[in-house]
Amino acid sequence: MALLNVEDLTIAFPRATPVRGLSFSVNPRETVALVGESGSGKSLTALALLGLLPSGARIASGRVAFAGRDLTALKDRDLRAVRGRDIAMIFQEPMTSLNPVLTLGDQITEVVRLHQGLSRAAAKRRAVELLDLVRIPEPQRRVDEHPHQLSGGMRQRVMIAIAVACSPKLLIADEPTTALDVTIQAQVLDLLDGLRRDLDMALLLITHDLGVVAEWADRVVVMYAGRKVEEAPFAPLFAAPLHPYTRGLLNASPRLEEGHHHSLGPLLEIPGSIASAAAETGCAFAPRCPLVRAACRTRVPEPMAAADDHSVACPVTFTRESEHGLAVG
Amino acid sequence: MTSFESRLPAVASHGVDHGMDHGATDAAQSAPPPPAWTNIHAPDALRATTSDAERLAPVGRWRATRAYLRNPTAVIGLLILAVVLAAAALAPTLFPEDPLAMVDRPLQWPGQNPDYPLGTDALGRDVLAGLVHGARVSLLIGAAATLVSVVAGVLVGATSGYFGGRIDDALVKLVEVFQTIPGFILLIVTVAIAQPTIPAITLAIALVSWPAVARLVRAEFRALREKDMVMAARGLGYGHTRIILREILPNALPPVIVMASVTVATAILMESALSFMGLGDPNTISWGSMIGAGREMLRTAWYLSAIPGLAIVVTVLALNLIGDGLNDALNPRLSEGR
Amino acid sequence: MSAPLILSKSAPLIAAMSARLIPSPRVLKALRRSLLQAIPTVLIIVILNFFLLRLAPGNAADVLAGEAGAATAETMAALRARFGLDLPLMEQLFAYLGNLAQFSLGQSPRYNMPVAELIGQRLPNTLILMLLALGGALAVGIAAGAVMAAFAGRWTDRALSVLALLFYSIPGFWIGLMLIVLFSVKLGWLPSGGAETIGAVHSGWDAALDRARHLVLPTVSLALFYVAIYARLTRGAMLEVKAQDYIRTARAKGLSPAAVTIRHTLRNALLPVTTMAGVHLGGLMGGAVVVETVYSWPGLGRLAYEAVMGRDFNVLLGILLLSSLIVVAVNALIDLLQATLDPRIEVR
Repeated sequence: MALLNVEDLTIAFPRATPVRGLSFSVNPRETVALVGESGSGKSLTALALLGLLPSGARIASGRVAFAGRDLTALKDRDLRAVRGRDIAMIFQEPMTSLNPVLTLGDQITEVVRLHQGLSRAAAKRRAVELLDLVRIPEPQRRVDEHPHQLSGGMRQRVMIAIAVACSPKLLIADEPTTALDVTIQAQVLDLLDGLRRDLDMALLLITHDLGVVAEWADRVVVMYAGRKVEEAPFAPLFAAPLHPYTRGLLNASPRLEEGHHHSLGPLLEIPGSIASAAAETGCAFAPRCPLVRAACRTRVPEPMAAADDHSVACPVTFTRESEHGLAVG
Repeated sequence: MTSFESRLPAVASHGVDHGMDHGATDAAQSAPPPPAWTNIHAPDALRATTSDAERLAPVGRWRATRAYLRNPTAVIGLLILAVVLAAAALAPTLFPEDPLAMVDRPLQWPGQNPDYPLGTDALGRDVLAGLVHGARVSLLIGAAATLVSVVAGVLVGATSGYFGGRIDDALVKLVEVFQTIPGFILLIVTVAIAQPTIPAITLAIALVSWPAVARLVRAEFRALREKDMVMAARGLGYGHTRIILREILPNALPPVIVMASVTVATAILMESALSFMGLGDPNTISWGSMIGAGREMLRTAWYLSAIPGLAIVVTVLALNLIGDGLNDALNPRLSEGR
Repeated sequence: MSAPLILSKSAPLIAAMSARLIPSPRVLKALRRSLLQAIPTVLIIVILNFFLLRLAPGNAADVLAGEAGAATAETMAALRARFGLDLPLMEQLFAYLGNLAQFSLGQSPRYNMPVAELIGQRLPNTLILMLLALGGALAVGIAAGAVMAAFAGRWTDRALSVLALLFYSIPGFWIGLMLIVLFSVKLGWLPSGGAETIGAVHSGWDAALDRARHLVLPTVSLALFYVAIYARLTRGAMLEVKAQDYIRTARAKGLSPAAVTIRHTLRNALLPVTTMAGVHLGGLMGGAVVVETVYSWPGLGRLAYEAVMGRDFNVLLGILLLSSLIVVAVNALIDLLQATLDPRIEVR
């Protein structure tokens, strides 16, 4: 059974609908990457899971089932018991995500005292352990320091320590390394992956970096303009991406070695931007799509199963691939 | 120096965007390497941020005016001020006689005598006539003191913020000294020295009001002098005066305008406190002096103090409403989405 | 048997507590820096005020002579010589500075007693009034601002905003008079002036209560304006902080809204508010002058008023200097508080 099941999630602002009918699931101990560019709604989705949407935004429809419970139906009090204990989250900006006036220890003990009822002294010991766990040198001393005394990478480690403090079942990482130096990025992701294994967590990794996806994700959900356009395990997605948008991404990513992209012709660039693709009278990607047909502009494509675990919301590439598959088989 | 800077209101330094999907914009700013797919980076459609560059674009006068007129409390403020201004302007026509002259039996309560709707004071003077004539003094001193302090504050603040260095250090120290001395005590002393005439009172109020303007203008100039368009103007070889007056000042003005409206309000409050204490111009009637005179009769005829006080409250409130409205209209950045 | 156990158990706790109470070296350095910065400020103020006051027409001798009735040229000269008024300006200044170095503020011609003593008598009353008003304004203002921010945009916020703007527009002396009318004249609940009931022989609690009753109205009159300022300031700061990433982190931890507000939002929002409290100190002092004249409160403000009326320059100089010194000193304390509240403040 899936640990997290998002069904038909729609997030609305008064004058915009940044996420529409999104469905995906995360299994226990699995790493799922939610991929998309800025404005695709991936971060809002993450915040919606924990009920942390910014003011003005609301979940207009859909379910978020976590371990069988619908989080969208929970009372605020019950949802708070889930946050930080069963589902934890780390954010993109380590520089601003820690409270500048509280010590690291204060910020870590806060969560374990809340959810595990530890005494002040026990919580402090636990904080030191956690700092050690995320490989911060001299945790005994660091625990009394303030965030401004730490580098960005160190701060993100502290954020991770706070997130894993109560051994959550699901960790949501929203662009955890985007703001960090390249050399630090891999270290932090390695740490996250190691903790995932050690603590039996599932990881929902939100990123726009396909290099990150290639190295750490089991499964990939590609979002465009608030909709899921493709979902597949990592290997088939990278080997044979179906959606023109995914293909564009893979071609556009310099991090992938040559040979990974052998799709339809050269699509070295995806022209335009999401802002130019806001109209919802057809496929949102149509204005930028090299394979666009007349029908694409009138009807929003539904996700269709190209294989058991591979779905794509593009009738154009869907037919061609399945015909190709049939021909081979 | 440090305290000077750290005391500036916190608003200006922080951006508004604490958005969700930082992706493109923030990655580009704090950016280590260009991210993987720079070629399709989209501006964040949902959370467009108001950048400094946008703010430097001239604020559309019409847009600001419309924004102001859509704000009901700001319009109310403007209407009240218009009434007070009209009263001040028409005072000699409405009440041609000397408001300090006795006209009837003293100490008639408001409503007692239809000829004097707000009653008469202990010396038999018409309270309404005093009120209307008092508006002249309050508004005149408020406006003139503000004008002087804004001019002085802009001069000092612009010099300090634009040139920096030694001049800045010295001027900052000067401002700091003036802000350390309790303003009202300095005001009392100055007026006592210079004799209580309206010009002297005006200058004295300006003397204690300018440092706040200077501090604001200095902060704006420091922020603006590094901007591209100022750099460009320098590159073109424009002189300092031209850059200060033509390039920076227009962009620094909106907060100064807001502050000016509040300065008028505080100047009126200061003038009334001075006159109340008997340190005002003894030859003109003012709201503060009316309250001071009424104070003697507080137990029996409290309306003598209450009525001019209400006039002060209403006028000052109107000015503060205008200040808030101007702030919202001219600096939408600061109130947006709040 | 159990006593040593408790002791040994609580020893680390006590150590930890005192570690919190004793300012860190960083904080002490911040204090020293702000005090060092204050020295030239104070010096400039002394010299500035001295010259300002010497510009004044008429002097204490004239006033005294005038009050004494017909004064001969000889008595005038004698009076001048007695107060050092016949010396050249620079010599007067140096004499004043020399006296100052010995903590002497000179002699008051009018009261015929040392200025320091005169001020010393009045200072405690003003300090009590100011500190009560400042403390009350901060407490009420911060609470109101927090409520406004919590209900931002809703009617509670709007109503409190209008009220704050109203308080911001009311002259302190006028609300003082109106409070007297209501609470002293009409209701008879509180005294209308003075620091204590004259002629009443109180002791202990009764005396304290009597003084407290006399303090209520002046404090409220003085504080109202600042309540408005701090409420508006706190509201803005809270909204600013609420939008910060670390507040989202705190919510993601599962903290209750109250815990997020108090531990995370308020603590950060207090930083700009304490800063502004320092800026408003001079204004508070000036406000005290007016309020003291309304309530016949025997403090520095009223002394200043009397000194202006009597052209008693030594007293005025002393008051100006002292009130500026108080502002400087309290600002240093506020720097200390800021350094304690905000670990990012580093000594440069």
